[in-house]
Amino acid sequence: MLPLKEKDKPIIQKLLSAGCCARCILRFCCVSVQAAYRKPPEETLEELQIFINDTKNDKCQDSVALDSTDEYKSKDAAESETSEDPPNKRAKLETSITDAQSEEGAAAVVKLKDGDSRVCVVCLGILQELCGTTQAVKITEAVKAGNYEFDTLVLSVSLPAQLCVREHSCWLHVKKEVREKGLVLNKDDVIQVKEAFKWIMQGMVAKELGGTAVVTKVSPFEVSVEFTHSETDADCHFLAATCPDCFKPTKNKQSVFTRMAVVKALEKIPDGKFLKHYPCPPKQPTSSCSPQEVQCLRVSVFVAGRYNKFCRSLPQTPWVIDGERRMESSVEELIAAPILSAFRADGFNFSSSGREDVDVRTLGNGRPFAMELLNPHKSRFSKEQMKQLQETINQSSDKIKVRDLQIVTREAMSRMKEGEEEKTKSYTALVWTQKPIQREDISFIDDIKDLTLDQKTPLRVLHRRALAVRQRAIHSMSTRFLDSHHFYLRLKTQAGTYIKEFVHGDFGRTNPNLCQLLKTNTDILELDVESVDVDWPPPVPE
Amino acid sequence: MESVEHEDTKANAPSVIDRYYTRWYRADMKGKPCEDHCILQHSNRICVITLAETHPILQNGRTIKCINYQISNGCSRLKNKVSGKSKRGGQFLTDFAPLCRITCTDETEYTIYSCIRGRLLEVNENILETPNLLLEKPSTEGYIAVILPKFEESKSITENLLNRDEFENIISKRSSAQSQPS
Repeated sequence: MLPLKEKDKPIIQKLLSAGCCARCILRFCCVSVQAAYRKPPEETLEELQIFINDTKNDKCQDSVALDSTDEYKSKDAAESETSEDPPNKRAKLETSITDAQSEEGAAAVVKLKDGDSRVCVVCLGILQELCGTTQAVKITEAVKAGNYEFDTLVLSVSLPAQLCVREHSCWLHVKKEVREKGLVLNKDDVIQVKEAFKWIMQGMVAKELGGTAVVTKVSPFEVSVEFTHSETDADCHFLAATCPDCFKPTKNKQSVFTRMAVVKALEKIPDGKFLKHYPCPPKQPTSSCSPQEVQCLRVSVFVAGRYNKFCRSLPQTPWVIDGERRMESSVEELIAAPILSAFRADGFNFSSSGREDVDVRTLGNGRPFAMELLNPHKSRFSKEQMKQLQETINQSSDKIKVRDLQIVTREAMSRMKEGEEEKTKSYTALVWTQKPIQREDISFIDDIKDLTLDQKTPLRVLHRRALAVRQRAIHSMSTRFLDSHHFYLRLKTQAGTYIKEFVHGDFGRTNPNLCQLLKTNTDILELDVESVDVDWPPPVPE
Repeated sequence: MESVEHEDTKANAPSVIDRYYTRWYRADMKGKPCEDHCILQHSNRICVITLAETHPILQNGRTIKCINYQISNGCSRLKNKVSGKSKRGGQFLTDFAPLCRITCTDETEYTIYSCIRGRLLEVNENILETPNLLLEKPSTEGYIAVILPKFEESKSITENLLNRDEFENIISKRSSAQSQPS
């Protein structure tokens, strides 16, 4: 038995003759009993017909019969129970039935079926044939085809924007009737198409998937179904003329008639104006919505670690100039390829705690990095499996090495970027001097502590960074004499210090620089990063 | 770091300029004999304007009296300011825009020009305090200005300039012409 009341009758009548489907009628009667929507729509329609035809069912009987279902009733219906219900508009009801009968000229059952086969003027078929086993099977097949690893899934539905216009028109249609009856019903209390769709589909999909929990709120795995209805796309267009400020074109949008914009415009438009431009109730469509491809999306997984770079001809990220590739590989790609295939992800975003030049090696404990893996089809990895994955990366190339590979949270990733400016870094540079040097000529450098540099943005990066003078500290230096023109310089610096420019001076734009300290031209021949002192990600014990 | 032999590696080894910049020249600027300019273009399209070694300022043991970036009553290159990554607000220069005027102690005066179209990023203020930088290190610390050509013009701006070989040809012709008795 449907949780309906005497006062729902006129609404049901009106909506039936307007061409609403059974489930949309339940929605407009604010029925919030999920089970009511899961019934086959033909049955519901039949019940609705019987309910409104049941003229002998006087008020007294009605309330008795419905007492047991009181708890199912929507809040609004319950609140307004005390209001006096005027008698049904019998005349109108009979007209609609006669109409149907004349069309059919056959038995009641046939008539009901035919009524149901018409596409609903409000939901455009979404709560009709698009909301059944066929659709559930389609969704399930898409999920299975992706071969995803998941515990729960959440369904999301994207509906054509014009559905809001039709919903509004229909609401105005019954609102009139409702006011005559003195019933207080709010537009917000009408069950949304989306909600009803999910109530019906969640169980079906869960069953098809063999009992997987299909949850309503949050799940890392989202399966979206989208419906479009080109036949009625023009429904929204009149709103652009009435509320032009709601429909401003933006770069990324294909159409200005987004759902959000339409909802906003409908909130603004006065009823009278709406009714002038749009039929009430909405016009009968000839076709149902077209379901688009089912999209599956697993939320990103984040993987972090530290990397070494042993090669002086390997950029950190793909190096492209004028659309042409400069080096054949990159640190990012060498690390990402095995991870991407293990997680079966669609793509990735790589970030690291600073970066080194193509000709610079990164030794020692390596440089922290993190990767966002987009839509990973596999996401459960044991510590052992991560170790194995790290091993695969390290076997794949001798140009790089990875350690401490682990899955981290999105939040933990910010730890890496926090450290970027304050933390220290250690380097070793191979320095050439123009003037011949002896051991004692360079030993004074070992005593220099906390030297502050004024570094103008190096010419090397000036095309992509703002011009500024930045103060950076060299905390300490030590030298290792090599020959009369060469020595190794070890530096411990504040992160963000440009070492190459400190050595060659960058046209005198870094002050002081090594040329000034040694009173001769100096140049840098090789550079290694010895340590990046960021204590993230945590070490992974052997 | 592995130990590598570096004996005399630097004698013929490329310098910073050799490694990252291309040298371009403009000879006899505005028809004035020997007023040669050198434009160092970085692979990232940024250009550093310097005096060519052959410029009269660097000849005959001249010393500099003053350098003036105020090129007219209304315009000083010292007032140039750029902000942000996109370098908004920089003065836009064309080929023959003057950058500064240099007066030597022998009262000769020379104007240094932009040589290329682009946005002025900075001028070298160090040479105001230490004019000798210009004489001692004309192609590095004694640079005049840094200019950023438009992205779409970064290739075409050098079309009117001489490359190193062409410039050296001109120089050798010039010196042979000078050595011939007139």
